[in-house]
Amino acid sequence: MSYHNPPTTPRRSATFDEYHMSEIRRAAATGIYDIRGAGAKRKVPNFDDLLFLGASISRYPLEGYREKCETKVTLGTRFAKKPIELKIPITVAGMSFGSLSGPAKEALGRGATIAGTSTTTGDGGMTEEERGHSQTLVYQYLPSRYGMNPRDLRRADAIEVVVGQGAKPGGGGMLLGQKISDRVAEMRTLPKGIDQRSACRHPDWTGPDDLEIKILELREITNWEKPIYVKVAGARPYYDTALAVKAGADVVVLDGMQGGTAATQEVFIEHVGQPTLACIRPAVKALQDLGMHRKVQLIVSGGIRTGADVAKAMALGADVVSVGTAALIALGDNDPHWESEYQKLGTHAGAYDDWHEGKDPAGITTQDAELMKRVDPVAAGRRLANYLKVMTLEAQTIARACGHNHMHNLEPEDLCALTIEAAAMAGVPLAGTSWVPGQGTF
Amino acid sequence: MHASNLATAPVTKVNYAPKVFDLSKITLREFNQALHDITDGATETNWEVLNPKGSHAVAVGAEHAISIDVQGSVGYYCGGMNQNSTITIHGSAGPGVGENMMSGAIFVKGDASQYAGATGRGGMLVIDGNASSRCGISMKGIDIVVGGNVGHMSAFMAQSGNLVVLGDAGDAFGDSIYEARLFLRGEAKSLGADCIEKEMRPEHIEILKDLLARAGITDVKPEEFKRYGSARTLYNFNIDNADAY
Repeated sequence: MSYHNPPTTPRRSATFDEYHMSEIRRAAATGIYDIRGAGAKRKVPNFDDLLFLGASISRYPLEGYREKCETKVTLGTRFAKKPIELKIPITVAGMSFGSLSGPAKEALGRGATIAGTSTTTGDGGMTEEERGHSQTLVYQYLPSRYGMNPRDLRRADAIEVVVGQGAKPGGGGMLLGQKISDRVAEMRTLPKGIDQRSACRHPDWTGPDDLEIKILELREITNWEKPIYVKVAGARPYYDTALAVKAGADVVVLDGMQGGTAATQEVFIEHVGQPTLACIRPAVKALQDLGMHRKVQLIVSGGIRTGADVAKAMALGADVVSVGTAALIALGDNDPHWESEYQKLGTHAGAYDDWHEGKDPAGITTQDAELMKRVDPVAAGRRLANYLKVMTLEAQTIARACGHNHMHNLEPEDLCALTIEAAAMAGVPLAGTSWVPGQGTF
Repeated sequence: MHASNLATAPVTKVNYAPKVFDLSKITLREFNQALHDITDGATETNWEVLNPKGSHAVAVGAEHAISIDVQGSVGYYCGGMNQNSTITIHGSAGPGVGENMMSGAIFVKGDASQYAGATGRGGMLVIDGNASSRCGISMKGIDIVVGGNVGHMSAFMAQSGNLVVLGDAGDAFGDSIYEARLFLRGEAKSLGADCIEKEMRPEHIEILKDLLARAGITDVKPEEFKRYGSARTLYNFNIDNADAY
């Protein structure tokens, strides 16, 4: 046996890992940055890093099958003449017709309605399918104003002024030409087949003082009936929440970096914005400092998957959570049923994110007439309703175990954190200690 | 060829005393509510607003074919999302006059601030004086006629409709324009990305003649204008155009 010049084990770089090397090769070959859908895929501190303490001697739990744990929530109590009532504290986030197929939008409306909650339009206007099948529909008011008109504004149940989105704080949108069908083009007043840019700023206001006047205008047009939401990305949650309240919002929607998008640059999705976990406490602090917590409702979105996530977000102070990506998965997005077709596109079920290309085998993120037939709006809507109900039951289970008869009674004192980072972000003690790192100003 | 949008003919005034709303005596809410309470077949179609004193959101969300004379200057978003009514502002208008208007007509006798006619989908906006920056931003079918000059970034991302400027335009005129038509009598300080001068063909002369007539402008000729529009080179992303963005 010779020990002369023994070989070392081939070692891959942690810095130049497989993904980043493939991205360098892709950029070099194409000269174009990578565009994709969905939200951040990197691992960031999230709700899995928190645990509920549950009840014991110091607190007593509620009986799961006997004692009620209320889930109803009212949104828009600050100024709106007609606040909206949701049976569950989970809503469906804004996703556009254009990025999603008509049947997919209909399914979202059907599912949300069965579950007793709202769904939301997106950057493409309001479709008849969506309005017709959504008992409670939130109408987004976006920089592009595609499809914006006073009739739809008045037949909405609430209006959401979109300032930012967690996947791309400070960024606009782009719907690539291959998804611009005749119908999408008509709704957006643009020619078929061209890329449709959505601006990153509103065309007729800038800053919080203007926003206050814009909200006044929307209220006047709708006779002060509709709750006005303001949606911000998880960028500077303390100040953005405070300024939204100052501008007159009834509801603040806060979208963390795990929140999805139809399409934007990979570099934007992964490198701009804060994790959802890190955004909630500063936003709640802003509401508390202004005496507006529970008066201006807070909706949190970005990476919500389970009833545990719902309960944790609410324990940190959210009134409601919102799901987008998870709702699409419930409809059938990235389902292993289509694995062979995902492979033909060079990917796998569970990893498909080229939503902008319009080739979605599941028929959800497409305008292809044949592919979209794969979505049965009734069956897909039922799946979404089931999923929303399961999450609600899970969240109730946890709330009862913590001794609460209403989801809104969950509180930070019900939680501990598994990591120092999560403890600092959530403002709860590291498990087994009384240490809350990172206390100070936001 | 689509000439210009429909329903831009101003409402004909009937010769009787107007229904007067004095904003020093009633609230903005009361006035706009009265505007929204109009029903089909309403007979009082001459309205007058006194003492606007720069109020925001005056006469927003109108739906019926009435005429509204606003005696004084207004703040932001006067006539926002207007449908069918004819609003005449006997003064100047703050930012976003006629934003997202659908039809009808708005006349500004003075100057207009930023974003005049932003995202407008139909109807006609006529500004006798100057308009500030971003006039006609993201316009989607509206016709805008400006008697004076327009500021920088006017017709930014303009999708459809017509912008007529009798004076000059500021920097980056028509930046990232889509299919809107721009008619400029004076000079643009600079053209924005993908905006180019285009041939003024006879059909464009006819369109412009119609626009000027409906705006009540009789002392200038369509032949004095140049036409601008999209070169359509940025319609689909190409990395070699990155410097243009």
